[in-house]
Amino acid sequence: MIAERQQRDVSAALAGCLLLLLAGCATPRGSGDLGLVIERAAGRVQVVNTSQQRSLATIAGLGDLSHASLVYSRDARYAYVFGRDGGLTKVDLLCRRIDKRVLQAGNAIGGAISQNGRLIAVSNYTPGGVKVFDAATLEPLADIPAVYGNGQHSKVVGLVDAPGNRFVFSLYDAGEIWIADLHDPRKPALQKFMNIGKQPYDGTVTPDGRYYIAGLFGEDGLALLDLWQPEQGVRRVLQGYGRGEQPLPVYKMPHMDYWALAGDRAYVPAVGRHEVLVIDQRSWKETGRVAVAGQPVFVVARPDGRQVWVNFAPPHNDTVQVIDTLTGNIVQALRPGKAVLHMEFTPRGENVWISVRDDNRVDVYDTESFAKIATLPAQNPSGIFFTPRAHRIGQ
Amino acid sequence: MVVLADIPAARQQALRHLLAQDCGSCHGLTLQGGLGPALTREALAGKSPEMLRAVILHGRPGTPMAPWRPFMSEAEAEWLVQQLLEGKAL
Repeated sequence: MIAERQQRDVSAALAGCLLLLLAGCATPRGSGDLGLVIERAAGRVQVVNTSQQRSLATIAGLGDLSHASLVYSRDARYAYVFGRDGGLTKVDLLCRRIDKRVLQAGNAIGGAISQNGRLIAVSNYTPGGVKVFDAATLEPLADIPAVYGNGQHSKVVGLVDAPGNRFVFSLYDAGEIWIADLHDPRKPALQKFMNIGKQPYDGTVTPDGRYYIAGLFGEDGLALLDLWQPEQGVRRVLQGYGRGEQPLPVYKMPHMDYWALAGDRAYVPAVGRHEVLVIDQRSWKETGRVAVAGQPVFVVARPDGRQVWVNFAPPHNDTVQVIDTLTGNIVQALRPGKAVLHMEFTPRGENVWISVRDDNRVDVYDTESFAKIATLPAQNPSGIFFTPRAHRIGQ
Repeated sequence: MVVLADIPAARQQALRHLLAQDCGSCHGLTLQGGLGPALTREALAGKSPEMLRAVILHGRPGTPMAPWRPFMSEAEAEWLVQQLLEGKAL
C-alpha cells in the first residue's frame, strides 16, 4: 500500500513537472537572483540572472513602456509591470512569459502591491486616480478618482504601499496626499491631506513603512507624513533649501524610487539645484548637502548604506557619481555612456547594474573596485528591477 | 519657415531622438502625454507655431517645462514644431 501510494505521488510529481515543461517553464529554481530590465521603446522586458550576470529571456508585447515601473508578487515569481499606455502586465519570471495583461487606463505612471500581496494599485495620469486590482486575476476591485477642488481630476504620483494594507499617494495638480485603507478591497476608506505643497512630483516611504515623503517641484521642500500618527497631519521639511536662488532648469524630473538611507541619514535629490540633500532622519533637519555633477535623478543607497550612487538629468546624463557616506565626499565619478537612466543593486550590494539607454547596454559594476565586470546588450534599456524588491515595503 | 534641407539629416535624427526619449520623459514616448500634455497633431491643432517654438526654447515658468535652448537652435526648434504640427515628428 505504501509503495503504491509512493508510486502515485511520484506519478503526480512527474505529471506536475511535465505540465511545467509544457508551459515553457525551466527546471524548478528559486527567483531570488532574478530581475527584469525594461526595454522601453521596444515594449519588452528581459529576464536577467544577477548571479551569472546574463540575460535569460526576452518577453515582448508589453505596450508603451516609457516610464515603466514594476512591483513583484510576494513569492517573487511574478512582476506587475505598469506601462505608460495604461497597460498592467503580469509577467511570470520562471516560465518567462506574460501571464495576464489588461489595459486599465489611458495613461499610467506607476503602481504598488499591498502588504498582504493580494492587491495591485495603479496610479494614473489620465483619468487621474488610482485603480485597485486583484493580484491573482487582475480583476478590477476599486476605482479611486483623484477628484479635488471643483471636480477637477489630478494626476497621481508617488503611489506606495504602507503597513495596514494601505496605499499612499500624492495628487500632483491638487497638492494633496491621500491614504487609502484597503481592508475592504472593494470599499477603500480615504484620508485626505490638503495643502501639502506645490506640485508633488513623486513620493516614497521609509523602509520601515513609517514615514511617507513627497518631493515638491513647485517649491523648495518635502512633505512629510507620519503614517503611525497621521492625525498629526503633513508637515513641511527642508523648507526653502534653495535659499531663494533662481532654480536651475530641470531636464528630467528627479525620482524618489526608494528612500536612500545610510545610518540615520537620508539622501534626496534637490530640485533645480545640482545638489544632493542630506537629512537627519530623527530630527528631519538638513545636515548637509553634496555638490554633484548635475540635476540628480536617482539617488540610491547601496544596501549597506556605505555608498550613495547618483545619476543625472540631461545634459549630464552620461555620468554617475558615488558619495561615500562616511565622509560625505564624492569618491568616484563614472562615465558609463549616453543616457544613464537607472541603477539597481544586487541584494547585498556587491554589484550595481546600470542602464545606458542610448548605447543600448546594461553594464554591471563592482561597487568595491568600481570596475565594469559585465555588459549585456539591451535595446534602449530604462528601469532595472531585481526580485528582492518583493519583500520591501514601498517597492 | 525652415525648409528640411536647412537641418542636416543626422541632426534631424538627433532631434527626433531627443523628442522621443527626453521630451518623452514627460510627454510620453509616443507623445500621448504624461506629466506634460500630449504633443500629438490632434492635441496641438490650432496652436500657433510661434508660441510652441517659444515654449520649447524658453520653457513655461511655473511648470516643469524647462527651456531647451541649450540643446537646439531657434531654427531647429521651428523645424521640430513643424514636424509636431504635421504629425511627422516620430
